[in-house]
Amino acid sequence: MRLALLTDIHGNAEALGACLEHIAAVGVDGYVILGDIVGYGPDPGPVIDKVMELQSRGAVVLLGNHDEAIADGVAGMSELAAEAIHWTREQLSAEHKAFLAGLPLTHQVGNALFVHSSARDPGDWNYVIHRLHAVDCFDATDARRIFCGHTHRPILFHQLAGRPVEEFVPKPNAKVPFSRARRYLAVIGSVGQPRDHNPNACWALLEPDGLTLNRIAYDIDSTARKIAATRLPRWLGLRLYEGR
Amino acid sequence: MSERKILAPGLMIDGFTLGERIFAGGMGSVWRATHPDHTLPIIVKIPFFAPGENVSAIIAFEIEEMIMKRLSGPHVPKFLGSGELADLPYIAMEFVEGDLLSTLTDAAPIPAAEVVRVGQLLARALIDIHRQQVVHLDLKPGNVILSKRGAVLIDFGLAHHDKLPDLMGEETALPVGSAPYMSPEQILGDRTHLESDIYAVGAMLYELATAKPPFGIPNTRSGLKQRLKTPPAMLAPALSGVPPGLAEVILKSLSVDPADRYPTADHLLFDLNHLDQVALTDRSQRNSGGFLARIGALLSRPSEARRATPRPTSFEQRFASAPVIMAAVDLSHGADPLAELVRVHVRRVLAAEPRARLACVTVLKTKIIGEDKPIDEAGRPAYIGRLVALKDWARSLHLPEEKVSYHVLEGVDAAASLMEYANHNPIDHIVMGARASSSLRRHLGSVSSRVVAEARSTVTVVRLGGVGETDEPPPGPESVPDES
Ligand SMILES: Nc1ncnc2c1ncn2[C@@H]1O[C@H](COP(=O)(O)OP(=O)(O)OP(=O)(O)O)[C@@H](O)[C@H]1O
Ligand SMILES: [Mg+2]
Repeated sequence: MRLALLTDIHGNAEALGACLEHIAAVGVDGYVILGDIVGYGPDPGPVIDKVMELQSRGAVVLLGNHDEAIADGVAGMSELAAEAIHWTREQLSAEHKAFLAGLPLTHQVGNALFVHSSARDPGDWNYVIHRLHAVDCFDATDARRIFCGHTHRPILFHQLAGRPVEEFVPKPNAKVPFSRARRYLAVIGSVGQPRDHNPNACWALLEPDGLTLNRIAYDIDSTARKIAATRLPRWLGLRLYEGR
Repeated sequence: MSERKILAPGLMIDGFTLGERIFAGGMGSVWRATHPDHTLPIIVKIPFFAPGENVSAIIAFEIEEMIMKRLSGPHVPKFLGSGELADLPYIAMEFVEGDLLSTLTDAAPIPAAEVVRVGQLLARALIDIHRQQVVHLDLKPGNVILSKRGAVLIDFGLAHHDKLPDLMGEETALPVGSAPYMSPEQILGDRTHLESDIYAVGAMLYELATAKPPFGIPNTRSGLKQRLKTPPAMLAPALSGVPPGLAEVILKSLSVDPADRYPTADHLLFDLNHLDQVALTDRSQRNSGGFLARIGALLSRPSEARRATPRPTSFEQRFASAPVIMAAVDLSHGADPLAELVRVHVRRVLAAEPRARLACVTVLKTKIIGEDKPIDEAGRPAYIGRLVALKDWARSLHLPEEKVSYHVLEGVDAAASLMEYANHNPIDHIVMGARASSSLRRHLGSVSSRVVAEARSTVTVVRLGGVGETDEPPPGPESVPDES
């Protein structure tokens, strides 16, 4: 079973399109979309349409905090994020909003758990950045392989029973093999707004024996131009060029 | 480890039938085996896990399986299969025929020429596995098999892959490796340097030359740490019996700071191939000034040059930043404009990569195989005059002695001589000239086009612009076309 994992698309249709094209070329058996479909980006409606279409073909789609904020409000969000949510809300149809509101927080198959943020209280949107966050996340579930997003910064935590949690930043396009003896927590990089100083869109190929973080160049100019043509803060376009 | 299987000859594991047990150690056992799908001789390595403890054996197994699966080529046993940790863990691989290097260290000291030969074999093996992004980190005489196909490295249980998570982890309490051969940085817990393997090679060559590893067989932590504060010059006296070039190579490999060792095994092999050209330094020159002065000089040696160069962040970048460059210069018409143009391009390549080294090569053509060595008008071997011309050609590049070497090749066929040189040395990049085309060259093929077609490295061919140089060079004693 080969799965494509996509997270933090954030209304970036160009980045999503480039990833889906690459995924089609690579070939997968299914998709998991780990939330934050909207927010920040200029194409929330078209992106939701695409995600709904993927769902109709079997994709698993999870809720992210930006998706939740469309209905529940922006409490706890940064000013920039909140401003984008207000704009995004105006762009969405009732059908779009209902779709977002109906998304689940987690999905588990076998020993794999998919969630937007930490497995520790998923609805609290805890970031997984440091080893201590990883320890909390591991403690909150029995799953041996956990996949999340939310931080826009890829990192892989791994742990052998009785040993400290270790961390590793996966190299782009290089498959990281799984060892059966370990638990893994993979934070997947963002499709639509990478923040690890690599501007290329990120999607992950999950195979039974390993994980590959693919980085895909896309037409940032178009996305930034669209952002500049809306009332969204311009910085949201500029940051895409630098991956921050 | 769900069900205990009795390990004994005849036991079948995933199609592998165990034969004789050839090794039993603290970490596990090694068995000869057969498999209906494989004609290669096989061994199966089965780790031993005492339940609940010995986590290092588990990690070594995880690492060896992960790394062996990814390695290929003549310098590692071929990987044939492995079993799950949860069931019966094992790694099946090709049985490599040959002698462990420990048979030679047991017989040490061995003649210097033999030490050099082993060093060349080890350097070739490192060039190969480092290019596959793996650093071994546990090189010792018991983990090297000298086989017909060269040195084969075994036991990757402590290895590190430049692109994969280090399963050993950063939290390891104790340094891991084999004390006599472990590099200073490994003692400090750093497992990311390919120079650590170069250190281990230095330690093994030292042992082959002197009968004992540079710091003996330390069994205390302070004994282990002695190498952190011992500059290689202090190890020089024990090497007084070996040729100075070899002593220099060994001591350079044993530098405390990895940045002072060879940047890649390619550079190590290059020096071992040309010991007569190795620049001797205070490391090996026991007679240059008093002992204390030497130590003082070493300790106070300014290291701005290397501080100024940021460390490459991956093995791939390392190879790109420390290339061995071969300049092939035709000096049969003196330092002509084409030779100068080659130098212009060599200078550019060197300027881009401060850790590059340069091999200046020229071919002295002999007309018929077996003819007496050519001599010049003064009756000296023509070889000498050509060497002088080659050094003169390189002079304005202002390269420090340890970064440049000079090679006058003699042969009837320039392209063949250049290729033979390039194939016996770790060359990353050849810079050479091409004379503008003429009908004869088009017909017979030029030296540069043959080198481009046959070389395994990058080749830069430089050509003088359209005007002039459209004809064959003027007739002279060596104006026979290259292709003759
Ligand atoms: N591929 C091979 N071909 C031939 N002999 C091998 C091979 N692999 C291992 N051996 C033999 O088995 C011995 C032990 O192998 P290896 O070093 O891999 O095991 P180990 O348990 O890690 O040992 P140690 O802890 O002593 O390093 C080697 O010294 C060698 O004699
Ligand atoms: Mg061994």
